[in-house]
Amino acid sequence: MKLFTFKGGIKPDPNKTRSTQLPIAQAPLVDRYIVPLHQNIGGTPRPIVQVGDRVLKGQRLGDADGWVSAAVHSPTSGTVVEIGPHIIPHPSGLPTDCVVIEADGRDTWIERQPFDLDRATPEQVREYLRDMGIVGMGGAVFPSHVKLSVPRGKQIEQLIINGAECEPFISCDDRLMREQAQEVIQGSVLFGQLVNAGKILIGVEDNKPEAIAALNAAQQQLNAPVDIVTVPTIYPTGGAKELIRVLTGKEVPGSMRSTDFGVQVFNVATVQSGWRAITYGEPLISRIVTISGAVAEARNWSVPIGMPIGSLVKLAQPRTDHDGVIMGGPMMGFRISTDNAPVIKSTNSLIVHAPGLFPPKPAELPCIRCGSCAEACPQELQPFELYWWSRASKFDKLENYKLFDCIECGCCDYVCPSHIPLVNYFRFAKSEIQAEAREKQIADAARERHEFRQARADREKLEKAERLAKANAARQAAGTTLTASGPATASTNPDDAPDISSHPDQASTPIAVDNHPVLDAAAKQAAIAAAAERARLKREQHAVKSGDTSH
Amino acid sequence: MDGILYAIAIMALGGLVLGALLGYASTRFKVEGDPLVDQIDSILPQTQCGQCGFPGCRPYAEAIAKDEADINQCPPGGDENIHKLAELLGKEYKPLSAEHGVEKPKQVAIIDENICIGCTLCIQACPVDAIVGAAKQMHTIAEDLCTGCELCIPPCPVECISMVTVADTPSTWKWHKPGQQRVIPIVPVGNVMRSEAA
Repeated sequence: MKLFTFKGGIKPDPNKTRSTQLPIAQAPLVDRYIVPLHQNIGGTPRPIVQVGDRVLKGQRLGDADGWVSAAVHSPTSGTVVEIGPHIIPHPSGLPTDCVVIEADGRDTWIERQPFDLDRATPEQVREYLRDMGIVGMGGAVFPSHVKLSVPRGKQIEQLIINGAECEPFISCDDRLMREQAQEVIQGSVLFGQLVNAGKILIGVEDNKPEAIAALNAAQQQLNAPVDIVTVPTIYPTGGAKELIRVLTGKEVPGSMRSTDFGVQVFNVATVQSGWRAITYGEPLISRIVTISGAVAEARNWSVPIGMPIGSLVKLAQPRTDHDGVIMGGPMMGFRISTDNAPVIKSTNSLIVHAPGLFPPKPAELPCIRCGSCAEACPQELQPFELYWWSRASKFDKLENYKLFDCIECGCCDYVCPSHIPLVNYFRFAKSEIQAEAREKQIADAARERHEFRQARADREKLEKAERLAKANAARQAAGTTLTASGPATASTNPDDAPDISSHPDQASTPIAVDNHPVLDAAAKQAAIAAAAERARLKREQHAVKSGDTSH
Repeated sequence: MDGILYAIAIMALGGLVLGALLGYASTRFKVEGDPLVDQIDSILPQTQCGQCGFPGCRPYAEAIAKDEADINQCPPGGDENIHKLAELLGKEYKPLSAEHGVEKPKQVAIIDENICIGCTLCIQACPVDAIVGAAKQMHTIAEDLCTGCELCIPPCPVECISMVTVADTPSTWKWHKPGQQRVIPIVPVGNVMRSEAA
């Protein structure tokens, strides 16, 4: 098969041999699991359990909120002991709502049933995968069911299954392809059916010959309509757009989706977990995590989602001088702020950090305009331009240089002779631009609501004036002619008046033609005063009570 | 002699045609309202808090456009907005005027529902209809809609409304700008000259 190339890229030391020597091991049960509700791109799932509830392994804890969202499930059986903020593995080090489960040690599964694909409509399949919590396991955690809905009028010519795993140190997909090759192939065929793909391609980098051999053997055994394609090892071939380029020669611009070009990409672990969900009724409650770096035993573990990272790292016997953990690889990963943070659906790798593992980053020097970053950029951007404008906080200029096409792969950082942390500048600029867009949206909504409120106030004023005019006209008619119909019309008017007087700002306007509204207002004043007095007493009691408990 | 008459006639005709064209364009492409006010209004934070001394963001924007108000009277917009307004209007930046208030982190109002008596006064004060409730029914504030203007606090007869700062979450958190320490310091040229002179 003819392969294509993308521009740029780098060839860092893969550092994968250590962790691929041993087979995947099952992580032992721990006492507590912390399951963050928001583990996907899109809406935050709503919790559907309460503190004190007994839950079984695989029971749903949170329901997808909206279409772009995915459910979360309990990784083991036990009791929900808390639903509240806990620190999650995120560069911010900030907490978010998590369901904390105290394991009962029995690890009892909920009743599982295979999904009947033949009788289900495509819509039902997607809903099922959403409720099984299937998201992209390559790191982006985008809900898979959304990617499975092909836009109307589009045909998926090539479905690409991403087994490139280009980032150094990470080997979870490699071990998965070696050990579960059949499930990966079956998952690829399943996803191919779901999008009605013309061709299914599994792309694997040529530094994983064992995985390629295992996949080929499984493909022959199952006689599956899948092509296993060996691609050259260049970082970042595992990026979705780069792999599309290498396998199909298609270049997807930043403003468009790959489906517009008849291509869709899924990670190997995603199709495998999707296949398990359909075939065995197993939701996504565990994943394979590579542990390497400053540890005695680097290997891959099958880890329940929600297991504290500290307990997992201990299994690998970290060096005594280790001083932190990096989630992800050395190119795109980030330091985790606490050992208590749980493993989440995007935790593909944990690198235990110790002094000397990575050379210290030299101090930043001025940019010398050498252009190495532009040569290395696989997205064909000009990182030096992006850097200047980010540094100067001129965010509007960054749009012209396509900041949001940057995939933050870190190639520019790697080659920069001035050691400028370019990607950090881009992340800073991106988050500032996104925050500004969010604020603008909030401000626009507030403006709209304020304008609507004013329009409503004007309308009410107009209606009141009309009513008053009508009432006055009727009263005059009644007063002058004293016809039989006069008193009848007049008697309906006081009904209107108290209604208006319920708005204190309007009470001062001359509507008090009768005495009743004034009396009403006085009574209301008294009622409010009494209520205020009651509330004050209540508040004082509250204060006394809280004062007592604090002692 | 003829030549000059022709010239005058041609110029007059040209003037007439172009004048008619301009007259037509001014009615055909008439811009409703003042586009500058819209631009200023889009920069303002829309809290509608009135701290600037005007009854809302739009009136303040109109006042700025007419040069009746200064650009540094909006505490919720803060320093950033003053810079943006200065850039838009070609004016000089000036720090936030202290008499109008201080810049605070984003806050939202919270009603203590145990104390609320359901008087509806705060509902009438809220400029963006963010408070839900009815007479003698407990009120509550839709946090997402609250702009943090604090206008509901003074009318409350039982002081049950308090302001809380909105905490960052992983999805709203922003990356910090990377440190700017450099190995080769860049010395401003002005300083060098001054030190030489001294």
